[in-house]
Amino acid sequence: MHIAIIGNGISGVTAARHVRKRSDHRITLISAESDYFFSRTALMYIYMGHLTFDQTKPYDDGFWARNRIDRLRARVKAVRPETNTLLLSDGRDIAYDRLVIATGSSPNKFGWPGQDLEGVQGLYSLQDLELLEQNAPNKNTCRRAVIVGGGLIGIELAEMLRSRDIQVTFLVRESSFWNGVLPDRDSALLNRHIREHHIDLRLQTNLKEILPGENGRVQAVVTDSGETIPCDLVGLTAGVSPNIGFLKGSGIDLDRGVLVNRYLETNLPGIYAIGDCAQQRAPMKGRKAVEAVWYTGRMMGETVAHSLCGQPTEYRPGPWFNSAKFLDVEFHTYGWVSPEQAQGVDEAHYHWRHADKPICLTLAYRISDGGLLGVNALGMRLRHEVFERWLSDGLPIGEVVNRMDQALFDPEFSGDYSRQIRRAFATHQPQPS
Amino acid sequence: MNAARTMSLAGGPPQALNTAQRFAVFAGFSGLFVLLLAALGISFPNRAAWLAGSLTLMLAGVVGYSWASYASHPPGIRNDGLWFRPVSARGLWAWGLGILLTGFYIVLYFYPQYLGQVPDGPNRGLVAFFDPLSRALSGNPASQWFVYGTLYTLAILAFGVKFIWKYRHNRYEVLRTLSVMFFQLAFAFIIPEVMARLNGDLPYYDLKNIWPLNYYNFEGYRIKGFLGAGNLGLALLLFGIGSVLVISPLLTYFYGKRWYCSWVCGCGGLAETAGDPFRQLSDKRLFAWKVERWVIYSVLVFVVLMTTAVVYSYLGPDTRRYWLSRPQFLLGVAGLLTALFAWVMLFRRKELQKDAQYGAWAYFVVVLALIGFHYLSDSQHVFLFKSETLRKSYSFLIGSIFSGVIGTGFYPIFGSRVWCRFGCPMAAILGLQQRLFSRFRITTNGGQCISCGNCSSYCEMGIDVRAYAQRGENIVRASCVGCGICSAVCPRGVLRLENGPLTGRINSRELVPGHEVDLLQQVQKQA
Repeated sequence: MHIAIIGNGISGVTAARHVRKRSDHRITLISAESDYFFSRTALMYIYMGHLTFDQTKPYDDGFWARNRIDRLRARVKAVRPETNTLLLSDGRDIAYDRLVIATGSSPNKFGWPGQDLEGVQGLYSLQDLELLEQNAPNKNTCRRAVIVGGGLIGIELAEMLRSRDIQVTFLVRESSFWNGVLPDRDSALLNRHIREHHIDLRLQTNLKEILPGENGRVQAVVTDSGETIPCDLVGLTAGVSPNIGFLKGSGIDLDRGVLVNRYLETNLPGIYAIGDCAQQRAPMKGRKAVEAVWYTGRMMGETVAHSLCGQPTEYRPGPWFNSAKFLDVEFHTYGWVSPEQAQGVDEAHYHWRHADKPICLTLAYRISDGGLLGVNALGMRLRHEVFERWLSDGLPIGEVVNRMDQALFDPEFSGDYSRQIRRAFATHQPQPS
Repeated sequence: MNAARTMSLAGGPPQALNTAQRFAVFAGFSGLFVLLLAALGISFPNRAAWLAGSLTLMLAGVVGYSWASYASHPPGIRNDGLWFRPVSARGLWAWGLGILLTGFYIVLYFYPQYLGQVPDGPNRGLVAFFDPLSRALSGNPASQWFVYGTLYTLAILAFGVKFIWKYRHNRYEVLRTLSVMFFQLAFAFIIPEVMARLNGDLPYYDLKNIWPLNYYNFEGYRIKGFLGAGNLGLALLLFGIGSVLVISPLLTYFYGKRWYCSWVCGCGGLAETAGDPFRQLSDKRLFAWKVERWVIYSVLVFVVLMTTAVVYSYLGPDTRRYWLSRPQFLLGVAGLLTALFAWVMLFRRKELQKDAQYGAWAYFVVVLALIGFHYLSDSQHVFLFKSETLRKSYSFLIGSIFSGVIGTGFYPIFGSRVWCRFGCPMAAILGLQQRLFSRFRITTNGGQCISCGNCSSYCEMGIDVRAYAQRGENIVRASCVGCGICSAVCPRGVLRLENGPLTGRINSRELVPGHEVDLLQQVQKQA
């Protein structure tokens, strides 16, 4: 059996690896982006000079031949399910028995005037990184950059540019950084931290227009407050959307992404979709239909491999988890901590903040029975497996606080905050916001 | 497609130094220049003052540069532009520095007369320049080793401050660095000199330098020295034996080999401080790992054989001079090694991966060789070799060329832990124990790894940390010195150095954590 996988990101590669572990099927991994799998989340470190491109490759170049995973550098133009073939942009076609779509996503553009000018770009692919290297090699060529969109990629792009001493103005639609996801106090800590890094953070500010200069390159942006900010680079980081353009007319059901059921199957037999580009027909409780996150991509890859090897397996992720790093502040989250605007009547938060360092913890729990709903930790590392267990068990908040020392994962000799967290909890009054 | 290729020369972070950095460079290089003048034979009027000035300027230069580089940034990982700078990315400065360091080691080991070392008479040049400090400490004139020891200690102190500044947000790193700075200054530098002043019969003894790193510790002249220096000498000898057989296994059981390699050891101390800008250069390929295992365990076999032969050769046939006779000694060593080999084979078969297999077989080869000794040897020869030849070749090949010339001279090319990884027999012993019988491991935090590669890149020992982390597995490797940098540079809080129970320390997984628990179990069963 020949399994074709479109996309060699974490989802597609994980699927390929696990199919190989469990079978002798022929596997072809198709990518238009790169010859070898690299860690997308590490692209920023190449620009910052922490890593070379080679170091972002999780497997050595011989790995693929040793494991009989064929690599094909090509762009798929169309899928022909009626004949089980893929049409490539160079005119070739490829026959498959099973198809896995793992094409990821690309940066959103919302129809801003000037969004296709030179010097305007997103940050998702290897090609985007190469473009950034041309657009912003140093602070002389790129004196100021404007970043549009206050999410995880936006803050990473800001950190990258600051590492080369480039001035950064950061336009954020929300009233506080990432407060569509984080409660206010977590978000406020980050506002301060971002400004401490000499990033010009503009809250509640939207992009209206990007202005070209005489050479056709970007020269300035205009914000909705009417201000014109001169710049040499505009980073568009207002979210991403699934790469599914090439599937139009193929007969595969599409919405924002490729529609799949719990088995990650599309409407057509033998065709699956995983990772950023997959959209659950019926989202799981409390979760989004499209989750463009490294970890979910990897789990879907593991799951689909079982189905491909004759063992139909549902995609059943455990409690939500994610991580990020905001400049110097690490972020761990398990379960769900709602921001104030989305907080239900039964959800309360216990918030602890370090006296002077950018460290804080927010525990969300049900007021009715005290059961743990989720945790956000900034500047503090928490154990995945401990919180996974506590969340599955719905451990009462009092117990969670009492056992905090079991969950701390900071390096040895770091401050043990569990006592402070416990002590402050004694005066905590549950109240919904 | 290869992003590294598109990195133009114009790219990278600002290369220009700020004003404070320029002052620091001026101070540091002025101090170095004074040393150079002294080495060229220029005699300074007030040597003590000039020496103090030179050393202070170098210290101030490094400390000032660190302050100018890190103090203005909030605490956090600052490896910006590391791969763009010639000195840390095998560019012009790296090669230049590598050649200078290598040259210095060659002169130091083989042509000390060029440094001004005069065996029977007053020193000249650089060695003479250090006389005032040596006289102040031990009462004796300096030697090339005193010069080297002073500069070595200065490097650990100065770059230790730099390291602490760089990682000031991480207390593990701060404490560990203070520890190596203390052990270098007190144990390696001051205490032996002072001991020499108090008791001239005592052999020079850096107490933290444990056999087999200190391969000469049980040689005849030292044993004579120890035994001839009264109770203190005997105590030191017993300490030397005890540190090999009792202290080090015990500490390694509780804390892993890091208690020594990155908290105490001087070689490790230099690698962690002065060598820090080069840690990312270590070779991560599987091939390098293979070479590592062959070379390091060969060195271990070599040093065990050599030491046994040397001790054997000065022990008499009877017990009149020493309380141990030759056959007793050989039987003792063979018995110890056989017991170790049997224990490993009986109780650690499961964990017995290649590392341990090589080690165990190495022990076995040594045991066989020991039996051979007895039948094929006379007082001068062990096998066909003279024990003196064996000792001299070890001292030349391993003690000088490997640990000094290659180990340190090549920092800017091969990374900072070449000696520790490929050559150090002490690290080999501690490593075997760490793999087989220690509470130490690096825990991987569930499914949080994003495979970015920072951990692997910044591992000075060339361990592909990511290969374990991205599978959700703990890292239990013989070579890990527990420097903690993988955990520090991890942007997702995935790694933690820990001591814990032996069960579950080495874990393998079918799926990375993150799935529903039932699903995990179901898949685990089917696998």
